[in-house]
Amino acid sequence: MASAVTPSSTVEARQRYRALTARRLLLLVVLFSCLLLSVAVDMALGPARYSLNEVIAAVLSPSSVNGQLRVIIWELRMPTALMAVTVGACLSLAGAEMQTILANPLASPFTLGISAAAGFGAALGLVAGVAILPAAIEYMVPINAFLMAMTASLFIYGVSTMRGVTVETIVLLGIALVFTFNALLALLQYLATEQALTAVVFWTMGSLTKATWGKVAVTAIILVAVVPFFARNAWALTALRLGDDKAASFGVNVRRLRLQTMMLVSVLAAIPVSFVGTIGFIGLVGPHIARMLVGEDQRFFLPGAAVCGALMLSATSVVSKMLVPGAILPIGIITSLVGVPFFFSLIFTNRKKAW
Amino acid sequence: MVSLRLEALGARYGRTDVFSGISTRPIEGGRLTALIGPNAAGKSTLLKRIAGLLKGEGAVHVSGADVLERSICYMPQDTGGNAVLTVYESVLLAAKQGGSWTVSEDNLVEIDQTLASLGITDLAFRDLGAISGGQRQLVAIAQALVRKPKILLMDEPTSALDLFRQIEVLHYMHELARKTGIAVIIALHDLNHVMRYCDQTIIVAGGRLVTDGPTAEIITADMLRDVYRVKARVETCTQGRPMIVVDGTA
Repeated sequence: MASAVTPSSTVEARQRYRALTARRLLLLVVLFSCLLLSVAVDMALGPARYSLNEVIAAVLSPSSVNGQLRVIIWELRMPTALMAVTVGACLSLAGAEMQTILANPLASPFTLGISAAAGFGAALGLVAGVAILPAAIEYMVPINAFLMAMTASLFIYGVSTMRGVTVETIVLLGIALVFTFNALLALLQYLATEQALTAVVFWTMGSLTKATWGKVAVTAIILVAVVPFFARNAWALTALRLGDDKAASFGVNVRRLRLQTMMLVSVLAAIPVSFVGTIGFIGLVGPHIARMLVGEDQRFFLPGAAVCGALMLSATSVVSKMLVPGAILPIGIITSLVGVPFFFSLIFTNRKKAW
Repeated sequence: MVSLRLEALGARYGRTDVFSGISTRPIEGGRLTALIGPNAAGKSTLLKRIAGLLKGEGAVHVSGADVLERSICYMPQDTGGNAVLTVYESVLLAAKQGGSWTVSEDNLVEIDQTLASLGITDLAFRDLGAISGGQRQLVAIAQALVRKPKILLMDEPTSALDLFRQIEVLHYMHELARKTGIAVIIALHDLNHVMRYCDQTIIVAGGRLVTDGPTAEIITADMLRDVYRVKARVETCTQGRPMIVVDGTA
């Protein structure tokens, strides 16, 4: 058929593709460098301010700095700073894959009701003193939150395994779950004592202040466990965005891939939410920013979404410390306040399609 | 050369039979075989069933190709999706399914050649969402061809193309089949195209096989009346080719 195409233009196409790939890799490196810088600044800020040099020395060579600095960095600030990274990455990755498998730009742990379910679980513990798992009463709030989040996730997963259920049905069901759990949460708040109400409100605003090395480790392990699956299926997940029929025609087992991904994404979303409360914005917008920057080839989109989510939450942590020195504003509030204008500016200045 | 034969093939959605008992003569490689029939005859479902994307009764017997590997490729009617991908990436994606993350020079040469063969190199770095329906259809053909199938099942691949492009694509597919020996089954609505480019034809209607065989023998005025409910004649044009002249509904 027609080919007015010269060999030189096909060579040019190859070169353009190589250049596109190189540009995306460079973008990922830049984003990752920004993340490292943000984490360092996050650790430098606080009631006692340190220089970046002091922070870097304390991280790389703890024995060379004084005991106070070492303790503040290693015991207090580093878990919080790294928690922002792992939670941001988990939420953004979860949102990215939810949007991919449900072919819906609104899908995220927040909009599918997973965060709302976690909020209700936490409130059950804080208001009614109900421990869903009585054996671990000490960790009642995060465990309640996790179990409720997993219940919501597994409910959505269960529905999606039923034949004839479309992705639109799943998204609608998620939105219904948001309303249901928010209503239940409001009921508990209505019945709560003043002290319990304050605790619930603070929890639902999201906070990194209760970060510990244990929680950082758990969220990091989840990431390490789940990412290889996404990476192995990068081509297949990208193909899903061309439609089910097209992906199937490429040899992708669409149903199996969707179910496996849904299962993993549920864990990826439920664990961080149960530790840090409701941080709604990252899971929705992190993937969109990554998509605008590096496109939807999952080889770039996966790391892009993870780093964008991590960077957003880390940068938010920095901003929340700078806005009111000495006080730490709930990060869930700042995430949206800082993130929305940035997201709008990307939408309006980026001529590339966002979805 | 590859060849396939359908034996008592059936498929259902839920409890509803879409078609059943479809058996054909061998469908040979090296030629285009048309799959025709009125709307809702089950053409798309039959192609998906042949491709193994749907389960059901009966069997598809293939010789000359390994069914388990990527020898059969189904090109859906929906060119859909709104992914933020360039045309180049979307074709690469089709070629790399199941492969490693790394993209070799050979992979890129393959993509370049496929795009060039369809005359769409100039679209390579346009976003999928920014091209027309017809251009998307050409990209979909590129995605199918780059997988180098031995059996290619195309569901109305020319429905969004202008007349020039329709002729170009069908001529290209005809030549490709002849040169490479692949078997191409192509669902089409334009029966004049079928008569011109397809050596064999399978006719389905109401979930049943009406008949199959050489195109010139089975596309007749009687068939057009019975299957399509139109009053039509099969004439010979000034260049000696058969063509259908429709006089009205039957």
